[in-house]
Amino acid sequence: MRDQRFSELRLDRIGRNFGEQAALSELSLTIRGGEFIALLGPSGCGKSTALNCLAGLLPLSSGSIWLDDKKIDELPPERRGFGMVFQNYALFPHMTVRDNVAFGLRMRKTPKAAMNSRVDEVMRLVRLEDQAKKLPSQLSGGQQQRVAIARAIVYEPPLVLMDEPLSNLDAQLRLAMRTEIRHLHQSLQLTTIYVTHDQEESLSMADRLVVLRDGVVQQIGTPDEVYDHPTNRYVAGFMGYRNMLSFDVESVVAGRAALAGEGVRLSGRTFGTVNTKRAIAAIRPEDFVVDGPPPNRIEVSVEVAEYHGREMLVEARMPNGDAIYFRTEKRLAPGDKATVSVPPERVLIYAADEPAAPQEGAV
Amino acid sequence: MTSSAGVAPGVPKAKRSLGHRLADRGMDRMLLLLVPGVLFLGLLFVYPFLYGLQLSFLPSSGDPLGNYKTFFGDSYLRDTIWTTLTLGVPAALFNVLVSVPIAYRMRGRFRFKRTITTLLVVPIALGTVLTADGLIQLVGPSGWLNKLLRDFGLVDQPLILIHNYWGVLFSLIITGFPFAFLLVLSYLSGIDPNLERAASVMGAGWWERFRRITFPLLVPGLAITFCLSFVLAFSVFPSANLVGDPAGSTRVISIAAYHAAFEQFDYSMGSAISMIMGAIMLGIIALVLGWRSTMFRGATGGKG
Amino acid sequence: MTAANVPAPTMDQQRKPRFWRRRGSSFGGLIVWGLVGLFFLFVFALIATVVLDSFATTWFGSWLPDAFTSHWYGDAWAEFNLTDVLFVTAQVAISVVIISALIGVPAAYALARRNFPGKRVITVLFLLPILIPPITYGIPLATVLYKVHLAGSLEGVILANLVPTVPFVVLVMIPFIEQIDPKVEAAARMCGASTLTIFLRILGPLLVPGILAASILVLVRTVGMFELTFLTSGPTSSTIVVVLYSAVFGAGIRAPQEVDAMAVVYTASMLVLLVVALRFVNPTQLVTRVSSD
Repeated sequence: MRDQRFSELRLDRIGRNFGEQAALSELSLTIRGGEFIALLGPSGCGKSTALNCLAGLLPLSSGSIWLDDKKIDELPPERRGFGMVFQNYALFPHMTVRDNVAFGLRMRKTPKAAMNSRVDEVMRLVRLEDQAKKLPSQLSGGQQQRVAIARAIVYEPPLVLMDEPLSNLDAQLRLAMRTEIRHLHQSLQLTTIYVTHDQEESLSMADRLVVLRDGVVQQIGTPDEVYDHPTNRYVAGFMGYRNMLSFDVESVVAGRAALAGEGVRLSGRTFGTVNTKRAIAAIRPEDFVVDGPPPNRIEVSVEVAEYHGREMLVEARMPNGDAIYFRTEKRLAPGDKATVSVPPERVLIYAADEPAAPQEGAV
Repeated sequence: MTSSAGVAPGVPKAKRSLGHRLADRGMDRMLLLLVPGVLFLGLLFVYPFLYGLQLSFLPSSGDPLGNYKTFFGDSYLRDTIWTTLTLGVPAALFNVLVSVPIAYRMRGRFRFKRTITTLLVVPIALGTVLTADGLIQLVGPSGWLNKLLRDFGLVDQPLILIHNYWGVLFSLIITGFPFAFLLVLSYLSGIDPNLERAASVMGAGWWERFRRITFPLLVPGLAITFCLSFVLAFSVFPSANLVGDPAGSTRVISIAAYHAAFEQFDYSMGSAISMIMGAIMLGIIALVLGWRSTMFRGATGGKG
Repeated sequence: MTAANVPAPTMDQQRKPRFWRRRGSSFGGLIVWGLVGLFFLFVFALIATVVLDSFATTWFGSWLPDAFTSHWYGDAWAEFNLTDVLFVTAQVAISVVIISALIGVPAAYALARRNFPGKRVITVLFLLPILIPPITYGIPLATVLYKVHLAGSLEGVILANLVPTVPFVVLVMIPFIEQIDPKVEAAARMCGASTLTIFLRILGPLLVPGILAASILVLVRTVGMFELTFLTSGPTSSTIVVVLYSAVFGAGIRAPQEVDAMAVVYTASMLVLLVVALRFVNPTQLVTRVSSD
């Protein structure tokens, strides 16, 4: 097998329209060989569209794709040589596991001996040697997913595309498969582009994340960058900044802002230009401390307290009636009054007219 | 980021090719697979229909409506409509209505269902010609039926059931009933059984359940079954000749069309009669479906 | 065997198939079964009387023929050239099966996989020849075939019979194709398969059951198809059902037993086909020309 590694995959302002709707617009990204990139966003954000365009299953409406010096966006999927893992596995129902896995090698007219050894090796990697003669219908969901992965990587493609491969599995299996995929990536070093709507998944697996919304890139960065410094309110909401509290702006000075509301004063860091009268403070539930030190102390009254083992997830009301979510090890009950505070570095302030993330407001 | 053949900065979208725009609307090379089929039907179904239609307006007399005037003016021809209706409507009605109680009993799982369904397919597969041939002997003057009736003293003279209306009616029922029954059975099976269970829990007996739950939900399917059965019966041809009286009481409209086209070689007239036949079928179907839609507005519920 | 006053059926009823339903009046059940039995008895008697007559030396007015003989079969075979007729029937049926599959399967694939403007019109176009009875469109069709001098020949008969069967194949195949996940085809492409390879290695094997079912159904329907063949055939291109009709209709210079012998040959062939067919399809598919939905 010749080494098909590349050094750089370049997406140059790729876009895809359906009729007048832009499902994907102006996505530009340079991927280094061996990287694990996650495309993250809710349904309809364009991540699957981007993946299908990369695969060649959808033609580009605009832009181009370059593999090192070769322009590949005009090539049909069967000539790009990439591997793809589908959400519902898409295994060939009439072929055994072994024949499914070997299919890509057969298309490349690999000589029989090499093909068999390669297939054996990959089957061992995904721990499916005992299922070789079975048909897909005789396998469990997790096993089918491993066959799909094996089929995609057996011919060592320069790029592996994964379209929400774990979303059809139950929670426990998902966690186990996540580790397996990470493990495979580390040992094989195949460049991977992974589509998901689960931020936890993307954070734990990717070298870099691309957060999408309505076809437009919101932020590209490492997990650290996106987690700690979301560039806008949308990304923040997606990354688990569940509290989006709206206040009047008192002052904005050098990247810091002071906000005020009914009985509440908050100071935090600004992201983007905050020159509106009102602003949104994005705060993670885990960043609140009950009975913590000033500044940023808020008196709240508890409405719902969910038991999560070591800690509780509490929904409470601020003086102005807005809901606020925080985690604490203290045992609180509905009706209790409490005071929570949050360090200013953990308060991210965005201008109030920025568009909201889809989960905002949802309990 | 340099791009040699990429999009020039400042141009919002690349000009999308015609192929791309067509593909967006679902039209790509795959549609070529349809071409043979569409072409075939166009040439051998649509064209003959259009050709026949225009031919029907070109009788030798020169008057575009000549054929139609002749048809409706000549009672020998005009009466074929009535004759065919008196055969088609009762046969279809009988087939559909008798199917209902039988299908009602037989729906759901039960041991002999597959056997019965299989046996029912036999008369349909054998077809009208064989049925007619069998009828000539079975219900003919010297056949088993008459022998049975005479031996039991029920009649003195053999019943004349062939070469007349009755023979054709029997033939239509034998080949038409299984078809109607299988359709009604599948419609009946498509009604969610939970609906009736819910009704029985609320105290409804079997008649109430049938009248208020099952039957109303079945009526749309019955209407369709009637239309299909009627179309089958109205187009009766071989049995009307073999086991009927083609020159007299069972001169159905298809015979008139055939006679005109292939015995008198008046293709224009033959086409006209075919058109009339089609129009009448369409009319009755429209009537039935119209009646059906006035009965039910909105969801008919349990197509399970 | 049946209980008289039983309240409404319980849930248990639905779990096991039962022969007798413990429901309301068994009298109604008796009537229903009586009617069904009567129907089958009638059909059986119909076939039996033809079969018996074909073996009868003479038979008039008695329960059974006076004596039995099989010479009518030999006579009928020679008289009606049954070898040729059966051969023609086979040629027509098999040609129709093959050609309608070649035209119909690709068309079904395109209809199943694509939505496009005008799809509704084309779907109606494919439905019409199945819904409209053959005699209605057969006469104009035959007229056109006569005009182009195709009528009376084997080709003409085949063409005429293709008109209802191509749409039939399309209708039968569409659900089979829809059952195949399009992502499976996409996955094959990603692995490097060309369109031809996908067709041969992926779609083909998966569609074989459907194509088989459709072919058998077309075979049975074509052998039994009277009107279209009758209108377009000539003396050397008639299928057995048309020859049978002509024999029955044409006033009897021939002995009726001969005609019945041919009828039995036809029935036997049809029943053999049916038995084969029912191994591959369920009985309802033979009948419902429209997908009952």
